[in-house]
Amino acid sequence: MVRIDFNRLRFLLIDDNAHMRRILRTLLHGFGSREVYEAEDGAAGLEAFTHNIPDIVISDWAMPIFDGLELTQMIRQPGANANPFVPIIMLTGHSEKKRVMAARDCGVTEFLVKPISANALYQRILTVVVNPRPFIKTKTFFGPDRRRLVNPNYVGVERRKGSGKAEIIPQQALFERVKISE
Amino acid sequence: MTSGRRDGPRKTGRGSEPKVTQFRDHDVIVPQNTLRKAWAEPLAGGSDPVADAERALAALSGEFAGWMESECERLDAARGAVRAKGFDQETRQTIHHAAHDIKGHAATFGYPHAAAAAASLCRLIERTPDARRIPLELIDQHVDAVRAIVRERAEARADVVADALTTRLREVTDDFLRAENGGLLPDDDDILSPPTVPGLGPR
Repeated sequence: MVRIDFNRLRFLLIDDNAHMRRILRTLLHGFGSREVYEAEDGAAGLEAFTHNIPDIVISDWAMPIFDGLELTQMIRQPGANANPFVPIIMLTGHSEKKRVMAARDCGVTEFLVKPISANALYQRILTVVVNPRPFIKTKTFFGPDRRRLVNPNYVGVERRKGSGKAEIIPQQALFERVKISE
Repeated sequence: MTSGRRDGPRKTGRGSEPKVTQFRDHDVIVPQNTLRKAWAEPLAGGSDPVADAERALAALSGEFAGWMESECERLDAARGAVRAKGFDQETRQTIHHAAHDIKGHAATFGYPHAAAAAASLCRLIERTPDARRIPLELIDQHVDAVRAIVRERAEARADVVADALTTRLREVTDDFLRAENGGLLPDDDDILSPPTVPGLGPR
């Protein structure tokens, strides 16, 4: 089983609710993390992101000034900041499918619905650390590959245009990665 | 595979160079996994980070009753603003935000029924086409329900009463939403969180 050394990860928490920030900080400290920065709105979050260069961003959706989606779009601007590839975990009370898809289409890496649990947060962090997805850049999208699975039985139209046939993006299975560390 | 392109992202800020494969209408970019630095060998006798975090959260739980009370006061103040000024963009957003926070946090604080009542209030506000038509009585019933559930949590049969109360709130809200949406109940479209780690089952 792979283990994450949380002491080597720098987190940025962005949530306008001080109670939720305290919960998240407590969980991350419980995992073993020591470098945890906080911001209480999207603007302060962007400033903290630029200043602290976190390894992982955990952001709420609904926030003053600009929200979690707008923040994600600003971070996912190639060339606009130090790390447009940073994993962004969106933690929100919104659970509707259309919301999840909107977050995905803005470049959110993982989606976590409240109420939060230690296990659910750990699993999302494990995913972004051990099993990062390639990024896709099109005229209208820049973010983690929205195709999480390769379905060999898919028979529909291939919407991505490549060199004659759909490309298969090699992604090492998590199982293989886990074996590396055993 | 081609590496790098002039208009693509060049660096992650840590001196790494992403690999870029260009296709006709999109690029596939594989950044260096800078988080690999956090991969570690399992510890002998291994600690459980999730259990450690749950213990840390349990140690914090003494604060939750006070936090829940302050969230309720915020919701109450938002209700007062709606009563005083009616529904406008600001009051609608304020009361929805307060209810939404309780919906998301209350279960973590140990008040799952308060979360359900707040979720019903969020649903009422989100799915009513014109919020000005929401009866203040219905807002009051939701806010008072949240407050009562929090206040009476320690009482005998509190869960049973809270469950009946939230169920009835949901029914009344459904009736109102049907009336406001031409007889149709807007689809909740709620889904579970997306998959997390492929290949790893629930702990």
